[in-house]
Amino acid sequence: MSKLDSKIPGGPIKDKWTTYKDKINLVNPANKRHIDVIVVGTGLAGGSASATLAELGYNVKAFCYQDSPRRAHSIAAQGGINAAKNYQGDGDSNYRLFYDTVKGGDYRSREANVHRLAEVSGNIIDQCVAQGVPFAREYGGLLDNRSFGGVLVSRTFYAKGQTGQQLLLGAYSAMNRQIARGKIEMFNRHEMLDVVIVDGKARGIIARNLVTGEIERHSAHAVVIASGGYGNVYFLSTNAMGSNVTAAWKAHKRGAFFANPCYTQIHPTCIPRSGDYQSKLTLMSESLRNDGRIWVPKKKEDVEAIRSGKLKPTDLKEEDRDYYLERRYPAFGNLVPRDVASRAAKERCDAGFGVNKTGEAVYLDFQSAIERYGAEQAKIQNIENASHAKIVELGEKVVEAKYGNLFQMYEKIVDENPYKTPMMIYPATHYTMGGVWVDYNLMTTIPGCYAIGEANFSDHGANRLGASALMQGLADGYFVLPYTIGHYLADDIRTGKISTDSPEFEEAEKNVTDRINQLVNNNGTKSVDYFHKRLGKVMWDKVGMSRNETGLKEAIEEIRSIRDEFWKDVRVPGAADGMNTELEKAGRVADFLELGELFAKDALNRNESCGGHFREESVELDGEQKGEAKRDDVNYAYVAAWEYTGDPKDAVLHKEQLEFNDIELKQRSYK
Amino acid sequence: MNLTLKIWRQKDSNDTGKMVSYNVTDISDHMSFLEMLDVLNEQLVNSGDAPVAFDHDCREGICGMCSLQINGEAHGPDRGVTTCQLHMRMFKDGDTITIEPFRAKAFPVIKDLVVDRSAFDRIQQAGGYISVNTSGNTQDANSIPIPKADADEAMDAATCIGCGACVATCKNASAMLFVGAKVSQYALLPQGRVEAKERVMNMVNQMDKEGFGNCTNTGACEVECPKGISLTTIARMNREYLSASVTKD
Ligand SMILES: Cc1cc2nc3c(=O)[nH]c(=O)nc-3n(C[C@H](O)[C@H](O)[C@H](O)COP(=O)(O)OP(=O)(O)OC[C@H]3O[C@@H](n4cnc5c(N)ncnc54)[C@H](O)[C@@H]3O)c2cc1C
Ligand code: SF4
Ligand code: FES
Repeated sequence: MSKLDSKIPGGPIKDKWTTYKDKINLVNPANKRHIDVIVVGTGLAGGSASATLAELGYNVKAFCYQDSPRRAHSIAAQGGINAAKNYQGDGDSNYRLFYDTVKGGDYRSREANVHRLAEVSGNIIDQCVAQGVPFAREYGGLLDNRSFGGVLVSRTFYAKGQTGQQLLLGAYSAMNRQIARGKIEMFNRHEMLDVVIVDGKARGIIARNLVTGEIERHSAHAVVIASGGYGNVYFLSTNAMGSNVTAAWKAHKRGAFFANPCYTQIHPTCIPRSGDYQSKLTLMSESLRNDGRIWVPKKKEDVEAIRSGKLKPTDLKEEDRDYYLERRYPAFGNLVPRDVASRAAKERCDAGFGVNKTGEAVYLDFQSAIERYGAEQAKIQNIENASHAKIVELGEKVVEAKYGNLFQMYEKIVDENPYKTPMMIYPATHYTMGGVWVDYNLMTTIPGCYAIGEANFSDHGANRLGASALMQGLADGYFVLPYTIGHYLADDIRTGKISTDSPEFEEAEKNVTDRINQLVNNNGTKSVDYFHKRLGKVMWDKVGMSRNETGLKEAIEEIRSIRDEFWKDVRVPGAADGMNTELEKAGRVADFLELGELFAKDALNRNESCGGHFREESVELDGEQKGEAKRDDVNYAYVAAWEYTGDPKDAVLHKEQLEFNDIELKQRSYK
Repeated sequence: MNLTLKIWRQKDSNDTGKMVSYNVTDISDHMSFLEMLDVLNEQLVNSGDAPVAFDHDCREGICGMCSLQINGEAHGPDRGVTTCQLHMRMFKDGDTITIEPFRAKAFPVIKDLVVDRSAFDRIQQAGGYISVNTSGNTQDANSIPIPKADADEAMDAATCIGCGACVATCKNASAMLFVGAKVSQYALLPQGRVEAKERVMNMVNQMDKEGFGNCTNTGACEVECPKGISLTTIARMNREYLSASVTKD
């Protein structure tokens, strides 16, 4: 018997959430004053949750490792946020957003959660506008929308290329109002290093003050993990340098099941690596694929000439270029979903057609878009017999208006002018769909411990659609958790303050200090980054865009041996007291070295291809779809939730069978 | 290229601190400035020394965490970029580069190049918000149309990343550009007008309490601001402040 109970309410899907809200237990406002909630993380999920819980009357303690809640990694999101407002009157509805999300996730998410997400999506936009978020507007003063990949409607709201920043600053302002009222106590530059369980319930955390090095005990009636994604297990990703799995992993080790760790999104359009010193990768927004055409040379000798600088890409004749996405997927062309575009780029580069020195880059070319827009402008402006130069000039202006900030960002990093020569791009790790398993209430398998935002696994299945992570983070924090947590806390109105003077806090604190001491006293010979880079290479080569049984088995062994070496030979200079940035990194990498193994184990277990997870053994063997990913709904339509039992290698698998009552399962086709 | 780095080292807030010289070799001009510091730190760790502490996170110019005074300029010699977006191609072989923390009375040094900018948070807590509850029962987002020009201008002001370069650059260590940006964002939106008076008074009072200096209109902040926040935000804040002071009680 599985221990998993998803607690999905009964009734028709469109009524579940409303009926649920009508029936749950509530905590009266006077009693909320006696209840404390810890929120780890201040991104869109944690920030919105902290503000709302405080507003409702709970005492909130919020934690982040940066120097201010405003700097959580949500700040970096560029493109936009989805909501089924149907302002454009193009046939959008809650159902359609629900359907697109389940299909986009390759039928590996939980229907009831996704439907609820779609239902509250509209409210998010209302809320943010009321907070003063300056979304883009049309000339008539109403909100503007754009389209994103994988859907047929325009439902993405945006604030230039800085949507995440503006939404986060909105949540930050709501937090500030509560901090000023004394309802949120903010702990900046603090890192959560363990969850404390008392009588089977999450009752607090152990945190390290990153300025003084002090180890602190914090108690509460419930703990919310909102610590973001774990893409940095690959060392290089589009995540911030400090993004980590630590908070989620510590909860896992204390009893929270970890779901689908192998579901990772590798984003097709990122700036390629330029050398071994590279510390992170930069995303170029998906929107560029609306106008850019992706290609590599057809002939190897041209590849060589380009790599050695003898040939410029702009000099290569049209018939010598391989627009491989248009060739392989004539129906969707350059706009195939992220996972498909990424694998296709890897396929060409593995075959030796990569266009830069490392062999890991393809072109994203705006030449035809520039010429097309230029010709159109010449017509609009009544310029007769416009010269080619004039057309290009006009076209570049249009492209600049659409993507100017991205082009500038590219030029700053690469030092090449993307108006004049095609951009070079390559896939990079971007987002993790997997995460801590939660039920419909967003509670983990530890009573009283919740997980929200990218840290949980719930809504995106095996692949996330663009502009849906911001939506999910704010939905969880503003509109879902505040209800569901109340239902649980209603039993705690008479509990009183939780003491930190207990054997459980004692044990957890010792656990943390022992580990820190081991790290600073290790006296090894290699830096933390040395191990992190090695882990990243194994993950990328064997647990990356394309995975097979042999590679995964090797990866598991290799990760284990890197982990052993790490503990024997890592060197962390400095002391445990005071600020020690190497020590912070070491703790995070130690956790990545455990997660990495579970990740590979999960990928090995899932012998099907779905969404971002591609198993070479599971491809269509013939027909039109030959060579494409093949899902296996008979054997794998479940959530893989792993229980920790002392070593990632012995993790126990629990299956949550997914049921699709409102959507028919179909194989995706983009041909 | 090979470089000499002169870096501010300070053990903690009680230490007096001093400049220390280091050499780095084989620096590629494709590296970012922080990747160059990573190379130095790897070198220091390998020889058992404490690496240089500096703040950074997103490394793409948006979180506002990075904050270095490079050769006397906040975020270094390039314009319109943060420290993390600065690339080594701006320097040449044999250069000596001075690296210091952002200096201001209101930004005490925590360690090496890391400073405490929590004063900025406290200014925001004093009034940098609109008092609406996040209950979900607000009115429809399109019920109040906002002229595109106002929305765009509000957006331009809202892009401030809270890095503090304006303060570090100003000879008076004034925070007017940072505060002006927030005040302007809300002042330009109908949702923000309701509390406009209290907001500007409270934020400015808090700014003064934190020990930031006065604005003497040198305009240095605008030049170094990585996000191009305009001096007009300061002018708007001054107008708001003036009208709030004359109409208040
Ligand atoms: C470059 C980029 C662009 C993106 N663009 C889009 C987009 O256009 N649209 C979209 O929908 N999504 C986008 N995404 C995805 C989206 O931004 C993230 O999934 C989402 O913001 C995650 O929010 P979060 O609140 O869950 O976590 P985060 O914003 O990552 O916040 C994590 C928080 O947890 C804290 N924390 C972490 N560990 C600890 C610890 N141990 N102790 C204490 N605190 C801790 C951090 O300090 C931080 O406050 C993008 C992602 C990237 C990387
Ligand atoms: S106004 Fe500019 S320099 Fe000042 S904090 Fe904001 S972004 Fe930084
Ligand atoms: S590190 Fe985020 S702005 Fe520089």
